[in-house]
Amino acid sequence: MTTTTPSDRARGQAGNNPTERAGSRESAPPDAPRGEDPETVLTVEGLDVGAGTTQLLHDVTFSIQRGERVGLIGESGSGKSLTALAVMGLLTEGLAAHGEVRLAGRDASLLGASESRMSRIRGRDMAMIFQEPMTALNPTMKVGRQVAEVMTQHSQADRRSAQRKAVQLLDRVGLPDPAAVARSYPHQLSGGQRQRVVAAIALANDPLLLVCDEPTTALDVTVQALVLDLIVSGVQERDAAMLFITHDLAVVATVCERVLVMYGGRIVEAGPVADVLGNPQHRYTQGLVAASDLERSRTDPGRSPLDTIPGNVPPAGKFPDGCVFRNRCAFATKACEQLPPWTPRGEHPAGEHASGYACFHPVGSDRDE
Amino acid sequence: MLLRLAQRFLVLLASLLAASALVFAFMQVLPGDPARVALGMNSSEESVDQLREQFGLDRSLIVQYADWLRGMVTLDLGVEWVSKAEIAPQLIDRLAVTGWLVITAMALALVVAVPVGTWMAVRHRHLDGVVLSAISQIGVAVPAFLAGIILITYFAKRWQWFPSGGWVPPAEDPLGFLSRLALPAVALALVQASILARYVRSAVLEVLREDYLRTARAKGLRPMQALTRHGLRNAAIPIVTVLGLQLATLLIGAVVVERVFVIPGLGSFLLDSVASRELITVQTIVMVLVAAVLIINFLVDALYLAIDPRLRTGGR
Repeated sequence: MTTTTPSDRARGQAGNNPTERAGSRESAPPDAPRGEDPETVLTVEGLDVGAGTTQLLHDVTFSIQRGERVGLIGESGSGKSLTALAVMGLLTEGLAAHGEVRLAGRDASLLGASESRMSRIRGRDMAMIFQEPMTALNPTMKVGRQVAEVMTQHSQADRRSAQRKAVQLLDRVGLPDPAAVARSYPHQLSGGQRQRVVAAIALANDPLLLVCDEPTTALDVTVQALVLDLIVSGVQERDAAMLFITHDLAVVATVCERVLVMYGGRIVEAGPVADVLGNPQHRYTQGLVAASDLERSRTDPGRSPLDTIPGNVPPAGKFPDGCVFRNRCAFATKACEQLPPWTPRGEHPAGEHASGYACFHPVGSDRDE
Repeated sequence: MLLRLAQRFLVLLASLLAASALVFAFMQVLPGDPARVALGMNSSEESVDQLREQFGLDRSLIVQYADWLRGMVTLDLGVEWVSKAEIAPQLIDRLAVTGWLVITAMALALVVAVPVGTWMAVRHRHLDGVVLSAISQIGVAVPAFLAGIILITYFAKRWQWFPSGGWVPPAEDPLGFLSRLALPAVALALVQASILARYVRSAVLEVLREDYLRTARAKGLRPMQALTRHGLRNAAIPIVTVLGLQLATLLIGAVVVERVFVIPGLGSFLLDSVASRELITVQTIVMVLVAAVLIINFLVDALYLAIDPRLRTGGR
């Protein structure tokens, strides 16, 4: 690999022996394909997802750097989980994805990649933690085997050492008496314990990218922080990239460095957490932040407990043309019937899509109150 | 788990006892004097009394019931009233014949239905899945005796690949045994396989929607790997229920198919005994059929425990 020229690499990357980890992290190519930042782990470009004639995701574009934790927020039905599943290549039958999803070291887009190629990437280079720990594990298989399987599947360990490693992993996600946990079935564990098991499975092969789909939403408040903590420290130890889906802005603020705001299947705003949550530009983000602003509702007794965004999230495919938020937006004008262009905000090393918004009447513009 | 199994076993014993009492009671309620019925209307009072005494019909019902129970446990059921043939050895022979038939049919049905049903589920959005599904729908509607007649017409009469009926014990002539077992077993299996395949299809469809299957895919398992390693065992839970019910219906279905193929099984034994009014024999065959169903249910319960760990500890 040391003698390859940049152009060799660019051509040869896709043809690499697929069983060999292309561009292992230590030797991340300084001359990554397409002139991208070699630190970029995940690139999603112009991702469209549709079911038949109904388009569910529109032109979703973002990237995540190595070691970066990016939040994806928005109301239910805004397309967050769909984005995650499209990245993982786990969309259900009948949903079609177009655009590009690239993972570090792999030149070709993962969209449209063969199932056998995707299955070598899933669980090894990218892993996922799901929302519902109660149903995410096979009820008829011992926990230890379910953890070990992700290692044997990718030939990271033989059966026996995988079992041993599984116990170590269960120990590292803070489960007391990991050997006993490994021998038990999922129904013998609590929700928090099960989510730790799911996290152990996801982190087992030290993935480059960890996708979390509301991993703590179904848990008791008391264990939420513990599970979040172990996920974040697991990601930090491995210097992995993380895409973290949630609708809890407080969680985003503690877990993530950067945040993407999604509505109607589009990313409407993105940027560092402090900018987006502290000084939102898009009117939808403004509504989201106001709706979870406990501080203000406490200090201002005359107000209703929480602001709400008027109206409901329309069903899939029923969002308006132009700005997807305009039918619920108090500031919408005729101009909003056109799709608002992306307005970059400040300089961000990950490119103009890393920070910015798509709104004709951003907060602070002349029409504001 | 052993404790649960022991509990179920006790339940089995209790239901066997209750069932035997019911079967015995039903036979007593039947109108007419069994001894006179057996000997015919024109028999003399003397010979009827003699038969009654000989077979203990003059004793109290409790004693008769206890004697019958003891006979079934010790396999000493005495002789038939008219032919004077020993009941127990005949019963065992006939049971073996029906057992071969039913178990072969069930095994055939399983071997066909599980892969076909799984395929139907995985491909339910594609043409082949839909076509298979339609074929199985037709299969469900064909009764076993009709399938038997059709099989005889083609495979025994027209092409003469198999004998059209009869029976040879496997120890005597293994090849002859297999060739005579083939058509009736297939006739019985056809319907059961169609029914079972449809249940397998819906069970697998159910499992395909489960979160843990998505977890398995996220771990890097290919779709079929995820299904076979994580899905099938979970899908087996509802399938086992159907399997138990099917075995019971197969026993009944065997009565008819044994007629079509002239097989000396339990079914034809029952019909013959009814025709010759052998009360004890009829009573015992009915009891054997009831016991078979109860034992199948027990085995289904045991299988549940083996498949689903959640049932073993009694949690949830």
